Amino acid sequence: MNISVELVEDNLQVKAVLKGEIDAFTAPILREKLADIQLRENLQIELDLVGVSYMDSTGLGVFVGFYKSVIASNSHMKLTGLSSRLKRLFDITGLGEIMDIQAMSEEVKIDETV
Amino acid sequence: MPQEFKRQYKEILEQYTLRQTEHNLYEGQNFSKQLIQKNISPEEVISIHKASLEEIIPDLPEDVSHSFDLLIEVMIRYGLALKEHQTLIKKQENIKMEMELAANVQQTLLKTKVPEMSGLDIGMISVPVKEMNGDYAHFLSDETSVGIAVADVIGKGIPAALCMSMIKYGMDSLSGAKTDPIIVLDVVNRIVEKSVSDSMFISMFYGRYETTESMFTYASAGHEPPLFYSAKNNEFTELQAKGLLLGVIPNVKYEQHSIVLEKGDFIVIMTDGVTECRSKEGFIEQKKVMEIIESVKEESAQSMVEYVFHKLEELQDFEQRDDFTLVIFKKM
Repeated sequence: MNISVELVEDNLQVKAVLKGEIDAFTAPILREKLADIQLRENLQIELDLVGVSYMDSTGLGVFVGFYKSVIASNSHMKLTGLSSRLKRLFDITGLGEIMDIQAMSEEVKIDETV
Repeated sequence: MPQEFKRQYKEILEQYTLRQTEHNLYEGQNFSKQLIQKNISPEEVISIHKASLEEIIPDLPEDVSHSFDLLIEVMIRYGLALKEHQTLIKKQENIKMEMELAANVQQTLLKTKVPEMSGLDIGMISVPVKEMNGDYAHFLSDETSVGIAVADVIGKGIPAALCMSMIKYGMDSLSGAKTDPIIVLDVVNRIVEKSVSDSMFISMFYGRYETTESMFTYASAGHEPPLFYSAKNNEFTELQAKGLLLGVIPNVKYEQHSIVLEKGDFIVIMTDGVTECRSKEGFIEQKKVMEIIESVKEESAQSMVEYVFHKLEELQDFEQRDDFTLVIFKKM
């Protein structure tokens, strides 16, 4: 089980590409990586989750924590490329209603049965 | 080092200087086990080696003898590291004991009694993966109504356990089993939101069953939707209710819905330890969980929850990953 986070910063845009599984073991690594982002007013953050094959509730905790600090600093956070399983997790928890979330578009959908 | 050890070591060394056999080496290995048991430090072992060697070989060159003094100096840090290691092990044992005590306190504090209601059969199982349970189930009841709260605290271990006491505190401040589910969630959310750290939150389902109308009224704060089994249609549906997790923002609008139960109908309330089960082949699908439940639908509610737990445990190769809680309300 592993997670990799690649950060690309350009002025007021930050894109983080996440790959791997987010669970109790990898969540602390993700939290640390996200803490590297210098939050400031009007910063647009995109977290790309196309490469995330699994996430449990500990992973959600990381996003909730990050979301709270993003809101507090008047920046904006968007989650993109969610698989249907991940999308369901955000929907059930009601987080989908308060966060800016874009599920993976149908044509690039990867096989999730694995 | 006690005289006895000195004597033993000298004997082993003497044997080995005479004959370099595997057996004599092995003697040395066994001896080191005893030394470790008696907390004898590496530098002490070297000084005994030096003394023994000087006795065995009286004309040992002086520079060889001196070289051991240097080695003793070099080993002193190792001796300290060993001591530190032993202290840590002791500390860890103490912490473990305290954890066990705390887990006991938690169990006593959060103990809930499955109420007996006429016309309703209730089953409950809650199995933690570590000492402390991050899942919480609590019943409120009077003559005609029973309330059930099932919550899952994200963030495991001690912080989660402390968090659970907050839910209990919130529920104790309510005016009993007749309270509307959305009120329950709103009260608990306000308490939790003020108190928890940023990456901690709780998913919670609250349902109330009234025996007079056989009506189940429910609301959810970001919790896994319960399953409703209709005996007449022989099918499962999810009891959906929108609502955000507890502890994220202070003012949340929860949805409240009701459903009437017929004889043989039942409701399955669970935590994600049930739905997030993974076997070697991947996730155990919700359909599989439904099949397992359906296969024992004629049993008592308590036998049902126990059967589902054991069956899922088996499918996961007896490797439980998450706290597991399952409650069944079945109309008789």
